[in-house]
Amino acid sequence: MKRKMVMIDGNEAAAYVAHKTNEIVAIYPITPSSNMGEWADEWSAREIKNIWGTIPSVTEMQSEGGASGAVHGALQTGALTTTFTASQGLLLMIPNMFKIAGELTATVFHVAARTIATHALSIFGDHSDVMATRATGFGLLSSNSVQEVMDFALIAQAATLKARLPFVHFFDGFRVSHEVQKIEQLTDEDMKAMIDDELVFAHRSRALNPDHPVLRGSAQNPDVFFQAREMVNKYYLACPDIVQDAMDKFASITGRQYHLFDYVGAPDAERIIIMMGSGAEAASETVAYLQAQGEKVGLLKVRLFRPFSVKHFVDSLPETVKKIAVLDRTKEPGASGEPMYMDIVNSLNEAQTDDFLPLAAMPRVVGGRYGLSSKEFTPAMVKGVLDELKKDKPKNHFTIGIYDDVTNTSLEYDPKFSIEKDNVVRGLFYGLGSDGTVGANKNSIKIIGEGTNNYAQGYFVYDSKKAGAVTVSHLRFGPAQIHSSYLISNANFIACHQFSFLEKYDMLKNAREGAVFLLNAPYNKDEVWDKIPRKVQQQIIDKKLKFYVIDGYEVAKATGMGARINTIMQTCFFAISGVLPKDEAIDAIKQAIKKTYGKKGEEVVQKNFHAVDQSLANLHKIDIPAKATGTIEMPPVVSEKAPEFVKNLTARIMSGDGDDLPVSAFPEDGTFPTATTQWEKRNIAMEIPVWEPEICIQCGKCAMVCPHASIRIKAFAAQYVDDAPPTFKSMDYKGKELPGMKYNIQVAPEDCTGCGLCVDVCPAKDKQRIGFKALNMAPQIPLRKQESENWEFFLSLPEVDRNEVKVDTIKGSQFLQPLFEFSGACAGCGETPYIKLLTQLFGDRAVIANATGCSSIYGGNLPTTPYSVNAEGRGPAWNNSLFEDNAEFGLGFRLSIDKQNIHARELLTELASEIGQELENEILHADQNTEAGISEQRKRVEKLESILKDKDGAKARQLLSLAGYLVKKSVWVVGGDGWAYDIGYGGLDHVLASGKNVNLLVLDTEVYSNTGGQMSKATPMAGVAKFAAGGKPTPKKDLAMLAMTYGYVYVAKVAMGANDLQTLRAFLEAEAYDGPSIIIAYSHCIAHGFDMSKGMQHQKAAVDSGYWPIFRYNPGMAKEGKNPLKLDSRKPKINLKDYAYTETRYKMLTKLKPKAAGELIEKAQKEVTSRWALYEQMAQMSYKNGEE
Amino acid sequence: MDLTTNYLNLKLKNPVVPSASPLCKELANIKKMEDAGAGAVVIHSLFEEQINQEAEELDQFLTAGTNSFSEALSYFPVVGEFSLGAEEYLEHIRKVKETISIPVIGSLNGVSKGGWMDYAKEIEDAGADALELNIYYIPTDPGLTGNDIENMYIDDVKTVKSSVKIPVAVKLSPFFSNVSYMIRKLEEAGSDGFVLFNRFYQPDLNLAELQVEPKVNLSSSEDILLSLRWIGILYGRIKASLAATSGIHTAEDAVKMIMVGADVTMMCSALLKNGISHIHTVIENMLNWMETNEYESVAQMKGSMCRKSIAEPAAFERANYIKALNNYKY
Repeated sequence: MKRKMVMIDGNEAAAYVAHKTNEIVAIYPITPSSNMGEWADEWSAREIKNIWGTIPSVTEMQSEGGASGAVHGALQTGALTTTFTASQGLLLMIPNMFKIAGELTATVFHVAARTIATHALSIFGDHSDVMATRATGFGLLSSNSVQEVMDFALIAQAATLKARLPFVHFFDGFRVSHEVQKIEQLTDEDMKAMIDDELVFAHRSRALNPDHPVLRGSAQNPDVFFQAREMVNKYYLACPDIVQDAMDKFASITGRQYHLFDYVGAPDAERIIIMMGSGAEAASETVAYLQAQGEKVGLLKVRLFRPFSVKHFVDSLPETVKKIAVLDRTKEPGASGEPMYMDIVNSLNEAQTDDFLPLAAMPRVVGGRYGLSSKEFTPAMVKGVLDELKKDKPKNHFTIGIYDDVTNTSLEYDPKFSIEKDNVVRGLFYGLGSDGTVGANKNSIKIIGEGTNNYAQGYFVYDSKKAGAVTVSHLRFGPAQIHSSYLISNANFIACHQFSFLEKYDMLKNAREGAVFLLNAPYNKDEVWDKIPRKVQQQIIDKKLKFYVIDGYEVAKATGMGARINTIMQTCFFAISGVLPKDEAIDAIKQAIKKTYGKKGEEVVQKNFHAVDQSLANLHKIDIPAKATGTIEMPPVVSEKAPEFVKNLTARIMSGDGDDLPVSAFPEDGTFPTATTQWEKRNIAMEIPVWEPEICIQCGKCAMVCPHASIRIKAFAAQYVDDAPPTFKSMDYKGKELPGMKYNIQVAPEDCTGCGLCVDVCPAKDKQRIGFKALNMAPQIPLRKQESENWEFFLSLPEVDRNEVKVDTIKGSQFLQPLFEFSGACAGCGETPYIKLLTQLFGDRAVIANATGCSSIYGGNLPTTPYSVNAEGRGPAWNNSLFEDNAEFGLGFRLSIDKQNIHARELLTELASEIGQELENEILHADQNTEAGISEQRKRVEKLESILKDKDGAKARQLLSLAGYLVKKSVWVVGGDGWAYDIGYGGLDHVLASGKNVNLLVLDTEVYSNTGGQMSKATPMAGVAKFAAGGKPTPKKDLAMLAMTYGYVYVAKVAMGANDLQTLRAFLEAEAYDGPSIIIAYSHCIAHGFDMSKGMQHQKAAVDSGYWPIFRYNPGMAKEGKNPLKLDSRKPKINLKDYAYTETRYKMLTKLKPKAAGELIEKAQKEVTSRWALYEQMAQMSYKNGEE
Repeated sequence: MDLTTNYLNLKLKNPVVPSASPLCKELANIKKMEDAGAGAVVIHSLFEEQINQEAEELDQFLTAGTNSFSEALSYFPVVGEFSLGAEEYLEHIRKVKETISIPVIGSLNGVSKGGWMDYAKEIEDAGADALELNIYYIPTDPGLTGNDIENMYIDDVKTVKSSVKIPVAVKLSPFFSNVSYMIRKLEEAGSDGFVLFNRFYQPDLNLAELQVEPKVNLSSSEDILLSLRWIGILYGRIKASLAATSGIHTAEDAVKMIMVGADVTMMCSALLKNGISHIHTVIENMLNWMETNEYESVAQMKGSMCRKSIAEPAAFERANYIKALNNYKY
């Protein structure tokens, strides 16, 4: 039977089979497995049926714990059920996994294996999550490639029904889950042939059913539990043969034969590697290469890791084997070895002891770790391991792929060793997320993979920034299936889509001799050579590169494509890479364009065709001069002024050399200095704001809304103006509180993202040209140098005295130094202005617990982190525990800080006579409710510390270590709606109920933003999100109302764009309230689908429509006989539609399902109206004389 | 009493036709129009901007930020096909045709050369009996000559006419140096009828916000005079159909328009102000008027007071200006 060849990634391959062979899918989004659930949801939404002719039901839960509970329930009541997850998600499923396995239940969990967070979080791949489930009783089946993912998903499904053991089917996160490969797609007939319906009936017959009731989940006592537990053994003993049978049946259907352990390499091998996962693909290639060179080497791929069949294992080994290296993609600190190594050692020992070892002699076995967190695993490393085995005493418990200069575990290898084949085209493309490079490349591999006989592979690397992200695409094309599961380092085609990258990344180090280099340059062919750095020139000459240039942006402009260069650069690639004959390639691109844009009309198609033709006309081959004559040098990565830590570590990561850093370069426990984003000058803004003092009214709104703290205000003594750079602007300060001062608004040109929010909110317009404001956007490049000098000067000016400004005014608050700056958040982010405000008001004494999500990624992803310090070195201290436990984590901060404060006060009283009664009294009774009060207390504590330093009594030393806690600390718990409304709600509720002085800030974007816009319980009715493709049918959960029911929780709902002063007051009141407080902050988001420069206008519209009423509920007011609820927004003045339909998340439904959209928005409007009425009524209630 | 009339080679049971307006977006309203007795209905316009911008905006916002960040390669679910501007509109026409039996006239509003004109054919395929081409252009470029602009209109009409078989009427503004010339040229280009005249929505200033805002003023009966004059001048001099629009609120307004030569009289503001049932009132009143004044048919009235039919043709011309001034009472 002819099967379809498709270009898909591992996630799609797994989801494809899972959706076809199940009835229920219960999931929760987590990288890198989220896409599997999204595929399943999309197919069900499109009414695609499973092999039994029914559409699987897909349900998003509130956490993986919830998903596994739902899975367990669905299985117990007879449905074929699956789930998809990874990492921490899999950990949350473990309790249910023990149950599911203990009850001998058939199911397959598909896992994109990902690192478990330890000293740091990582979204990338290794087996630490899967290894943590070894004790659950699940079968563990490993796929190494995209084709295997599809195949094993089916084999697992067939085997689980027969074996009655549940399976985790896993594959490496990102390397397999996200790698696009050309594979053969299984058909419905294949699946029907593999799945025995009788076993499905048997599964159903075991369901809980009141028609023939049974009880499961009993509680058992010491007398019987043990024996009952041993009843499952026979299933585990039978399982390996059942899996092998399924593999054999699969082979008879598809021709692809797998075994529980697949050996490849020399039949008489003496040195072999044993491993599982994508690394085995690289190892398999390398072993074949070395075998061809005459080396006696081999590889044993472990497929079924649990139940581990010792018999099948030893029978798979070549009899000649003498030395074995077992590679584990995980780390178990403190164990006598990593898990698979231990299994192998034990199995060999057992086989020898029991006399069934079919080998000439007991081999020597060593174990090693590789590839943690998707660390590259290359043929060079494979060779390094095999070479180590040549030694008499190869190193045990080694690492490969890093340089461990601390405990010397690492093996040496030659990184230059390459086995890339000549008949494979290898292309590397450097682009920006926003320039469409990845999208175009995905399109190219589809054209080649699906349109020709060639095989293709695409893997895409992104940096961790959400604005101005750099992408590197690794594409391979060749006549045979591609097994190179590693990045390209020996490219024969390199494209640089952004000219500025030449100064930042050494991309040509990956070019092989004679490779083609394509550069998008804003220069013509005659001047471009002189504009590129000297080092790049030299590389072009030395490597004899064929150098092509196009001014892509000019072609885009001239052909009406705006700033979109994707089609243009794609055309150039096809024209000069030689992957396909040029004419055939151009024809294929045009066909793809017609397919993509056909619906949008002939005009758009023709525009793209024109761009293709013009690309060819403007693509030039450059004659290479004999000598590098350039005068441009690559600038240093960071300024000379940067601290040593930044120069030695951070800068290396920034320049893309993180892989080369040795173990010793790192902190032992994941502790990093803050304030490092200031050294990463990203220069991503095309335009930056320019200040016009003569129009400015000094309102401070620009600084307030800036998501990146890259526009700031300052008041300073007039004398400083004399030393200012010539273009530094200033004006007289208009406020009475700082008489005689000068005022300035300054932009950080190299840190600004150019989002335009500041310009949009600027209320000051020129009297004669209304369109011209006190801030206007202008191109960054001509301003960069001058404004950088001005920024430096601005920073050198002293900060405004915190005690002298009116903190409760917008302007006053904006004089406070932001201690959160230049994060990697999206340009125009709606969350970060709130975090920045938090740090301005309380940052110098704040401890922040941050839930996993956008805010933990832009808040704490290396290389640089945005939380910063003031001149005294104070600033927010920050940590991210997990996604689900953030409120509890923050409460822990509070409990700890309070305890240490109490202990310090106790010691202070005890030591009063030594310290002095007056100081003791002042410290104990200090009023720390104002900036001035805190400042005074700090001075007192400093004095106390200086006294204590000279004392050596035990109590004095105790007090010295605790004295800092005598100054008020502010505990903040920050996270998104996914945390607050869903996964963390139980904890959040408990923390609110605790009555402790903890401040919770909910950055409500109304979807899981970080994982790509999945529905949460904060998602509004009628809004479209992933898992709510038909528009969310239920209203947003009213978290504020729930919190208010406690009566002793400070609750505020804010939207900075609607009322910035109300936002400011809410923060001040929440922090001042001596009890739990929660601020729910409307945070516009890229997942809402609109022009982000207008984010604040959308916030205003949300409030004006009554959808997002803003208010403050201050329990303190009730004590004064006043209503604690103050409604800060007025009656709705626009309809919900007038706000909602300005955003794609609502609007798209009107284009998808107009009728349903109309009904939903009407229902949503009613909901808004009734909620408003309820709030209005509550705000009008009388609280006098106990009347409520 | 015979109210039938011919417009764009379509036989209408009476000359009262609701013109393109937001009312026509709802199928239920269109059904009400038929029930109230409308002779035909002009569906709201499909705008050039709607076709181009809606698709581009949706594309832009659905793809913004995609393929840029490892954890979120997209931000929206991909489900089904979007019915963008045109598809939605065409589907509406199909449904209207299924629902009512009076003639349905599609309306296309645009100006630049380009893909939007392809939709004329699609409107025809969706079942429209005729097409109204609303060419709406504000020339802000001082380098453009009157000729350039006139040619643009003529080319638009030629392009559309070459792609469809159904009759095409052109809705025009009165802002041409020589309206008669323009109409003759457009008739030569193939136009089967003219809708006179378009009322432009003029921008206004919001002084509180210092912003320019669009302003919608509904017409009143006072506004019929410009169309009245030009239909009177054109009737009998061209073969194409004539539709009167702008300011027709009462049966008297409609009768006046028919008497100067209009084949149909179109109403928008009147329906927005008085409701769709107003169509019925106008028709009833028209019948009453005809009965009182002993007219037997619309055909009998049509053009009876056009420039050519009246004793003093100058009344439609410049001389009338003098008369108007002289008659003005302080």
